[in-house]
Amino acid sequence: MSSSPGSSSIRMPGIAPLLVFASIAAMVLLVVGPLAIVFTEAFSKGLSRFFLEIREPDAVAAIRLTLLVAAISVPLNAVFGIAAAWTVAKFEFRGKSLLLTIIDLPFSISPVVSGLVWVLLFGAQGWFGEWLIDHDVKIIFATTGLVLATVLVTLPFVARELIPLMQDQGSDEESAAITLGADGFTTFWKITIPNIKWALLYGVLLCNARAMGEFGAVSVVSGHIRGMTTTLPLHVEVLYNDYDFVGAFAAASLLASLGLVTLVVKTALEWRHAGELSATRRH
Amino acid sequence: MTFDTNLTRRRLITASAALGAGAAATPLLLGAGQAQAADALTLLNVSYDPTRELYKAINSAFASWWKGRTNQTITINQSHGGSGKQARSVIDGLQADVVTLALAADIDEIAARAKLLPANWQSRLPNNSTPYTSTIIFLVRKGNPWKIRDWGDLVKPGVGVITPNPKTSGGARWAYLAGWAYGSRVGGAAGAKEYVTKLYKNVPVLDTGARGATTSFAQRGLGDVLLSWENEAQLVIDEFGPKFDIVYPSSSILAEPPVALVDKNVDRHKTRTLAEGYLNFLYSPLAQEIIAKNHFRPRNPDIAAKYASQFKQIPLVTIDQAFGGWKKAQVTHFADGGVFDQIYKPG
Amino acid sequence: MIDQAIFRPVVPAAAKRPRLWHWREPSILPGFPLGLGITLLYLSLIVVIPLAALAIRPWELGLSGFWRVLTDERVLRAFRLSFGLSILAALLNAPLGLLIAWSLTRYQFPGRRILDALVDLPFALPTAVAGIALTTIYAPNGPIGALAAKFGIKTAYSPLGIFIALVFIGLPFVVRAIQPVLQEVDREVEEAAQTLGASSFQKAFLVILPAIAPALLSGVSLAFARAVGEYGSVVFIAGNMPFKTEIAPLLIVIKLEQYDYAGAAAVGVGMLLISFAALIVFNAAQILLARKGRA
Repeated sequence: MSSSPGSSSIRMPGIAPLLVFASIAAMVLLVVGPLAIVFTEAFSKGLSRFFLEIREPDAVAAIRLTLLVAAISVPLNAVFGIAAAWTVAKFEFRGKSLLLTIIDLPFSISPVVSGLVWVLLFGAQGWFGEWLIDHDVKIIFATTGLVLATVLVTLPFVARELIPLMQDQGSDEESAAITLGADGFTTFWKITIPNIKWALLYGVLLCNARAMGEFGAVSVVSGHIRGMTTTLPLHVEVLYNDYDFVGAFAAASLLASLGLVTLVVKTALEWRHAGELSATRRH
Repeated sequence: MTFDTNLTRRRLITASAALGAGAAATPLLLGAGQAQAADALTLLNVSYDPTRELYKAINSAFASWWKGRTNQTITINQSHGGSGKQARSVIDGLQADVVTLALAADIDEIAARAKLLPANWQSRLPNNSTPYTSTIIFLVRKGNPWKIRDWGDLVKPGVGVITPNPKTSGGARWAYLAGWAYGSRVGGAAGAKEYVTKLYKNVPVLDTGARGATTSFAQRGLGDVLLSWENEAQLVIDEFGPKFDIVYPSSSILAEPPVALVDKNVDRHKTRTLAEGYLNFLYSPLAQEIIAKNHFRPRNPDIAAKYASQFKQIPLVTIDQAFGGWKKAQVTHFADGGVFDQIYKPG
Repeated sequence: MIDQAIFRPVVPAAAKRPRLWHWREPSILPGFPLGLGITLLYLSLIVVIPLAALAIRPWELGLSGFWRVLTDERVLRAFRLSFGLSILAALLNAPLGLLIAWSLTRYQFPGRRILDALVDLPFALPTAVAGIALTTIYAPNGPIGALAAKFGIKTAYSPLGIFIALVFIGLPFVVRAIQPVLQEVDREVEEAAQTLGASSFQKAFLVILPAIAPALLSGVSLAFARAVGEYGSVVFIAGNMPFKTEIAPLLIVIKLEQYDYAGAAAVGVGMLLISFAALIVFNAAQILLARKGRA
């Protein structure tokens, strides 16, 4: 959170430097260290080698595939998130807590399992395997499978961001608009969307970061065909196993940069729109 | 905060969001072009870990050879990984036209579980369907500080042995069997079991594949000796510099990594001719020469003679003589509850 | 990156309880059938049916076979390692996250905002990248690993290495859960404590700690849930020795590579069940703490 430190007296000024130092030390050891390693290794053979590595055809194909998978999964989860939040926040119905539990479920599933379930369904030995082969539909070891695994892993992010906010906002504005004769779509478009747009963008950012960085789940359904079914995180692993450490870390640095960009946008959002982002964050 | 700056910032953020969406949509269009290219003549070779460099060279040689013969432009796609994992992927529907795996047992699994090729696949190509052989040797740190000369030295207390998990890695299975063969040579069946038990007590890290094990040894500085594919050991010296020495033990195993056509897949893709051409090409003098240059032992006697100095001759037991074939070895040693599970106990 | 909205339990507004004979409260707002329809369809296709496929698979072994897989010593050890280390990592993340959240909310120091943003990095960094980077640092020839080795401590390729990776990925969950509460508590509790004449130290531990306990517990439970299933960042640093450093998700992968689909699914179901049980305990504790805090 970015609001400035509280001006209270519960600050324990005497040991402040100690606590701050300990925090920074912990962060350097745990978080800054790995980040620094990624970039120093990526640029260890110079800038030109770095650019050579990321313009290599397989790397370009991996970047493209990663963007494609995210470009399909994130909007799907965004539409789902809006629909789920509208249903849960604006209406009272039985079984709501069960619905919320199922929305949360992907958080507690191991990524490996999130990949495995698709193999069990659509793999050649799975439930629909034979039918798919007979009809020449490729799901596993193709883009569709990568999308399915990614969608499962990142499903809750947008919904989870919108639900508390929309519950907090209530439905008074929408009810007023409907009473005044606006149709449902106009109400949704003119009132609800403006109210939630920053939280929506924020949720999409989270979802996107996780979608582009997912490794365990896509690893199970990828088949690792170079230049075809390797996403960027898988490409990092492929290069690492090729003993091309500079290339691996160059690809990794792209992903780390993506993470950093997400952080910057997120921080900017929080500074500007803290109140609109999420009900629980108002202080 | 004035209204103006607020608005500007909002616009900025909206603009950047729009930019992001635009960037994300671009590949959709590009992706369509890629799908069209897939209609061209392509072949998918699903292979194991240490053949990455080999097939890179073979594929480009074959593509130009094929072009010269048929005037067709072809693309060969590669997938690499642990041998078992790759076989599993093919069973689950990875559309491999040809498989080139570390050991026959994994292709047997494809034949048995997914029925994608006949059970007698190994008799369809010369030399047990193995266009090249290899063996398991030792890689030690420069100057060989632990004075490791033979298998017996690996079980000395304090020696760190790096080898992957035989359950998941083909190379590790060959290495385990090579150790077993040494053990039974010096101490019979009981001696063999005792030997491999001691051997795996000295293993500090069990990677899932050959490449992971090599990285642990060469890049992370773990252990004192790597049980390595012969070609992999040479490659490490090429890639990581002269920080290592190769040690040939008194005996090892003749590793035969087989290749096979995946019938049902090539028929579906209508690539049988191309796939057959590809596999036969592996036996040609041109490919055999590439094989030798990549430190695999060629089958072609002329090429083998030409590169003889590169491959030290040591007694090599074969899987058929010493273990009664892969089917038997797999069940006895590596199946759940097999010898490897028995010797690998906690504590 | 993460904010607590994601992992705070969403409590259905209890004000208007649906009457027994209505399965939903009447509302003048449109779109309920559409919204619920999309939600249910999507959840069925993406979550429910695939998990059903997972849950059904192990039964081809029969109940006894299923049980045999889960009670196999190697599986038990992997479970113990995964769940044990995840709990330990979450427990370390509690004071560590508290320390960092405290520094970020209470003190002004150069680089505070950067530090604040960096807290989310473990979440933004792809797990495989994190795994390779952590291994590079903590391997015996890495900068920190070499230092630890001088004192005879093995970092990478030991349970300690897995522990470090799990602390890494769990940290943002804890910090982000308690940060806003810390800020809120500040104002509300302040005056009360002031009038009672408590010392800074007393205030900190007797007043603030109970107030943030529910949020802390929520963050810890999420860090735990994430750690249990973690694969990408752990496999590189773990060493993967059966019985010693083999985590449960890796065991699923290994079983798959031996064509043991039913066994892999059984381990997956087992993990899911234990995770659920743990989360229920966490949630119960959280509700209890929240009630106590209110009383």
